[in-house]
Amino acid sequence: MKIPPACLALLLTSAAIPVLFAVSSPITISTGTADTPVDFARVVRPILSEHCFPCHGPNEESRKAGLSLVDFESATSELEDGATAIVPGSRKRSAMWLMITDPEDPMPPPEENNELNLEQIEILGRWIDEGADYTGHWAYLPGARTPVPAIGDSDWAATDIDHFILERLLAEGLRPVPDTDAVTLLRRLSYDLTGLPPATEDVDRFLSDSGDSAYSDAVDRLLASRHFGERLTSSWLDLVRYADTVGYHGDQEHRVWPYRDWVIAAFNANMPFDRFTIEQIAGDLLENPNQEQLIASCYNRLLQTTHEGGLQLGEYRAIYMADRVRNLAEVWMGATLGCAQCHDHKYDPFTMRDFYSFGAFFADVDDEDHIRNPYGGLNTTPTRRAPELRVVTDEARESTKKLSHRIDEAEDQIEAAIADLEPLQERWEADLRALIASGEAHQSTWVDDRLDTGGESSGRWNFVREESIPPHSGELYRKQMSDGLVQHYTHETTEKRITVEEGDLLFAWVYLLGESSSKALMLQCNTSGNWEHRAVWGGDEIGYGRKDKSWAGYRRLGALPPSGQWTRLEVPFAEIGISPGTIVNGVAFTQFGGTTYWDRCGVENVQAAPAAVIETLSIPVRHRNPDQRAQLRDYQANQSEDVIALRATKASLETEISAIEKSLPLTLYTRSLDSPRQVRILPRGNWLDSSGAIVEPAIPAFLGKLAGEGRASRLDLARWLVTDESAGGVGSLTARVFVNRVWSLLFGTGLCPSVEDFGGQGRPPTHPELLDHLALEFIDSGWDIKALFRRLVHSRTYRQSSIPDERSTELDPENLLYSHQARFRLPAEMVRDTLLAVSGLLVDQPGGPSVKPPQPEHYYRHLNFPPRKYHPDMNAQQWRRGVYVHWQRQYLHPMFLAFDAPTREDCAAQRTTSNTPLAALVLLNDPTFVEAARGFAQHILARVPKSDQESIAFAMKKATCRQPTAEEIAVLAELLAESREHFKENPIEAKALLAVGRTPVPKSIEPVELAAWTEVTRAILNLHETITRE
Amino acid sequence: MNENLNDIQSQCECVSRRQFLGSLSLGIGAAALSQWWPPSAGASTSLLLPPNLVPRAKRVIFLCMAGGPSHLETFDEKPQLAALDGEPMPESFTRGMPIAQLQGKELRCMGPRATFSRHGKSGQVISSYLPHIATVADDIAIIRSMVTEQINHDPAHTFMNSGSIIPHRPSMGSWVNYGLGSLSENLPGFVVLSSVGGRNPQPIASRQWSSGFLPSELGGVQFHSAGDPVHYVTNPPGISRDRQEHLIAAVRDLNRLRARTTHDPEIDSRIAQYELAFGMQASIPELIDISDESPETLAMYGATPGDGTFASNCLLARRLAERGVRFIHLYHRGWDHHGELKKFMTTCCGYCDQPTAALIKDLKQRKMLDDTLVIWGGEFGRTPMSQGGGDDPGRDHHIKGFSMFLAGGGIQGGVTHGATDDLGYNAVEDVVHVRDLHATMLHLLGIDHERLSVQYQGLDVRLTGVEKARVVKEIIA
Repeated sequence: MKIPPACLALLLTSAAIPVLFAVSSPITISTGTADTPVDFARVVRPILSEHCFPCHGPNEESRKAGLSLVDFESATSELEDGATAIVPGSRKRSAMWLMITDPEDPMPPPEENNELNLEQIEILGRWIDEGADYTGHWAYLPGARTPVPAIGDSDWAATDIDHFILERLLAEGLRPVPDTDAVTLLRRLSYDLTGLPPATEDVDRFLSDSGDSAYSDAVDRLLASRHFGERLTSSWLDLVRYADTVGYHGDQEHRVWPYRDWVIAAFNANMPFDRFTIEQIAGDLLENPNQEQLIASCYNRLLQTTHEGGLQLGEYRAIYMADRVRNLAEVWMGATLGCAQCHDHKYDPFTMRDFYSFGAFFADVDDEDHIRNPYGGLNTTPTRRAPELRVVTDEARESTKKLSHRIDEAEDQIEAAIADLEPLQERWEADLRALIASGEAHQSTWVDDRLDTGGESSGRWNFVREESIPPHSGELYRKQMSDGLVQHYTHETTEKRITVEEGDLLFAWVYLLGESSSKALMLQCNTSGNWEHRAVWGGDEIGYGRKDKSWAGYRRLGALPPSGQWTRLEVPFAEIGISPGTIVNGVAFTQFGGTTYWDRCGVENVQAAPAAVIETLSIPVRHRNPDQRAQLRDYQANQSEDVIALRATKASLETEISAIEKSLPLTLYTRSLDSPRQVRILPRGNWLDSSGAIVEPAIPAFLGKLAGEGRASRLDLARWLVTDESAGGVGSLTARVFVNRVWSLLFGTGLCPSVEDFGGQGRPPTHPELLDHLALEFIDSGWDIKALFRRLVHSRTYRQSSIPDERSTELDPENLLYSHQARFRLPAEMVRDTLLAVSGLLVDQPGGPSVKPPQPEHYYRHLNFPPRKYHPDMNAQQWRRGVYVHWQRQYLHPMFLAFDAPTREDCAAQRTTSNTPLAALVLLNDPTFVEAARGFAQHILARVPKSDQESIAFAMKKATCRQPTAEEIAVLAELLAESREHFKENPIEAKALLAVGRTPVPKSIEPVELAAWTEVTRAILNLHETITRE
Repeated sequence: MNENLNDIQSQCECVSRRQFLGSLSLGIGAAALSQWWPPSAGASTSLLLPPNLVPRAKRVIFLCMAGGPSHLETFDEKPQLAALDGEPMPESFTRGMPIAQLQGKELRCMGPRATFSRHGKSGQVISSYLPHIATVADDIAIIRSMVTEQINHDPAHTFMNSGSIIPHRPSMGSWVNYGLGSLSENLPGFVVLSSVGGRNPQPIASRQWSSGFLPSELGGVQFHSAGDPVHYVTNPPGISRDRQEHLIAAVRDLNRLRARTTHDPEIDSRIAQYELAFGMQASIPELIDISDESPETLAMYGATPGDGTFASNCLLARRLAERGVRFIHLYHRGWDHHGELKKFMTTCCGYCDQPTAALIKDLKQRKMLDDTLVIWGGEFGRTPMSQGGGDDPGRDHHIKGFSMFLAGGGIQGGVTHGATDDLGYNAVEDVVHVRDLHATMLHLLGIDHERLSVQYQGLDVRLTGVEKARVVKEIIA
């Protein structure tokens, strides 16, 4: 005897078993009656797949006796031993029948623990008798149009959908339950379309509107709300495994939120699903892609990544590719193509070659910087994941344009100023000659009162003047302070460069504050990208370039200067490895700890002018060649105060532009490599084995071939997904998968209950004709997502009560036939949003960087590289909707985890719904919800209450939308009375309760009263009904 | 097969989950047990076992030395490696092998930085870094031939915990609870505790104790040494236990009223979960407070109440075991000794050696060692090659041979199993793969690893994966 695995689980654990493990429903998918032939795709193939394919399936390696039952041809051909497994039309002559019914030695062998039951054996026999018709697997057949069933009871049916549903219900001896009441309907609709409960006013308006269009008006209003996009996005992000952190190892933040906002905007704008698909998979490959399309292409970058030290490039290349294959196949095709990484798929017709060929579509995604150079300073959060894109806002675009215009003007002025110098040249030459003759050293300035070197800079250049410390030079100096390491630098300068001469030295004036002294100071130069020129004063705290012995890249120059006075730090260029003739185009100022003021930094030249200039000066004017003339003119210009001032203006404009650019959010996006990586089949998935064949991008072979010349691209792949079967695509499949997802959002389960797997091991659709009908209409509508939602929620099936009748409980406990609506606990984000909305705390602001609600302290203590401290948003941002909450893959917010939000390490097509004490503890004790309860209570007390009972009814209605019963009011009234009494006697406890959270407690409300009402609202927020969609 | 089982099967086929729970939900207590931290289903356990086997262990305490301790300084003495100290590593060992941080570097042998001697009646060879563990030498079975497949910390932990690096796979604690259920009514079946101390602690992701695709109730619950021992287990400020009870009673009454209208069985279970939560609010603080332990016990472990050390966690592990928790997973982060091996071995062993030995002794004196399986080890070992220079170099990650030990729960004490080659590079004798460790653990718990499988995305997923796994019978008593 065989115990099915699910039963085993039930016996063993008696645990809550989600849909995944549900015991098969007593209603089996119709096997056909005497006059309808047994359906191969829905009935026979699942049996073959489960019981026969392990040894006689698509996987050649595990095939036994040379027998394949995958298709008609191989199943009916003669085997080596002369037998024929299936002789169409005659079970008695079929070797397969004899084997599976052999009482002594039945197939499958008992030791496989995979026996067929009597019903299954009979089905196989009938199927053989009927000719062993092998039509392909249902999911991969083109969509078929079936006429809408005509049903006698058309009074009930409101739309096409209802006809399909009713036909099946009646056939199984079931009937739909009555429509739900108006309040439940509106609440259900609001959650399903916006993820939020309806406001009390909306409920009242709906109840009082007796017009025919009341419901469709509500549907239209909710579909038009921007909350629609937010709601649908939460589900989409589960699929594409969107999160704010990289996932592996250090789990640093990566920058992807613009993608999340793109998805919300796309749903709200009702972007057709075909375009939605193409822009995500291949937005970057469209002709002249716009910024939004590039942001959409971030889809290819959402996977988990790592830069853990010691990683193996080849290994992660394989991991990333597999991740992308798994995800795209599951999201768009409902396929478990990922299972063919190490061997041909055991149940579906995917081969290993298919897997690697599919992976080759992504071989052009340029994203290996971080795994090629894991030690490249990536242990920061956010970390860097090249390439990244600056998202330009309209405002920034406008400001930059204005600044560029002013830079053009400044350039004209500089040119004019240089021209003005010509008449003065003779005099200037004479002065310079005199200065040279005097033999005095000469100084030039790098930075003094402002940053005017041009080029790139880093750190906040804080030019100040403090009362107690007069500047050493000019008007201002820089204040640089930190608890640890701090560095400001400028490099790749455009306005200033130092050409080093023999004997020159670099100097900077510093003033150390006595009470918070820095431990070490460092001056550092950049020469054509090389920063290995450092001079250090003080201790060894600064780690950059540090070695045991001093060297040019870390020259120790003794103790720190005394504090409380200006001192000149100086270092000859020669000591830090810079030889004459070298050009310095960057200087860094580093300190460890404390506060240090930095004043003028510059170069002291042994000669008053560079040797080359001195030499040219000695040549009579008429003998100078054009280069020499230009050399002197440039040098003169560089010394001219007018020119210096104008150049400084220009440099500061450029700094403004670069500041704007830097303030723009970054996002990962897809950039295509010119030459894609070579992809080989990895034998047994082993990345160390390079003996496998090289493959080109291709769709799974059994689905055909992409048309077109040359290497196929991601764009070809994306288009194939949304192209009709008649034109060589798999549009019906893609449409079925998406329509099924939307159906499951609105009805609790999918028409194909295994929403994640449309393959042979998935569950066949309960209503295949309806699924096809909806999928084809979806395509015909131009992939119109809102129209799909509208169509589904207008059905009578949708509007049924969620309370099952006895007969359906008995016959169809999984409700696969939809004799009633579904009821389920809200997903995590909706639980959060509901509690905040009901309490009046919800901040309804769209878009932007993810927000960080408070969470238990030390929750991130096991994160490292860098060590993590969570900085919760303590302002109103903490009350934004769940879709905007920071998603830390390794340590998801405990509230979200307790309510089954997935960590989004990979595709989560269906969330489980647990019911645990941990979730109870969150709603009871999480300070966010205690504060929400207090806000709710304040809201109640701010009204002019008629009575406690009336206020309780008001509060209950806010949370559940319905009028409470007298009994319910009595329970809460008693809690209120008790609480009042208790807090009156213990006012300190009342104050402590009210002190939870950041929102101020209004003085006008009496603390004991507020605390007592907070207990009432805590109770309401903890009700099963409050967090249940019915 | 007997008639009973046939009855059970037919029940399974015609009773749905809803009905199943619905029928129980008349009595709240019963529904509660079925929903969360399910109790052990004694009779059903035998379904998993070949008839001649009985479970030896009821629970597991896994002491994970996170970062990867060196086998060459703990349990695997290599005199020949000492002889080659400072010499180039023979290329025959390393060619074509995955190398972590030493990629592209010169590879030189580093002799053991420890002395070894024989301990106990069995004469097990244990290093001088572990004087306390040496005192329980006769209780432990040392495996010197472990191998794993992942050379970086994060995936190596994932592999050790779930047998795979594919995301969303259940960790072993979840598998064990899935297979056996919990023995405790008011504690989770899978508890995770962690401590820190040593070199540059590597991150540990909560995925390491995730239930993956199994029901989330089966995921590990992390107990914390600072703040709430379990998230949100403490009442809000100003709310006494008495107030909380009143509140939960009101919620229960309202939920019951609602259930009259909607007949939703999930409401019964919600009510039960709130009662359990309320119970946990008392039982967890009591559990976590070790100040009621005798001074002798505290001294034996070297624990100070509330210090969050590995010592305290070992003591908590015993308390959790006493209260019926099935799988207790301790992590000590600090064993990633790329540099300053000697210094940090001293640190880490200072934290972990005494409490580990104390836990084994304490379980033994309480007659609990017989049915508690204790497992000690890291996610991998360390290279025979040195890493970095200076007076005290370190060792890199190593997956081709390393050591772990097991004790209690049916394990034969005083045994050493398997061996690495002369330089401690490759496991060459009686190689034990991670999946063999899993199979052995499940076997001791009375579970046939090939039958503990769940269908997910078209695959029959097992903790031990698709490759053949072997129960290491040689270390079983």
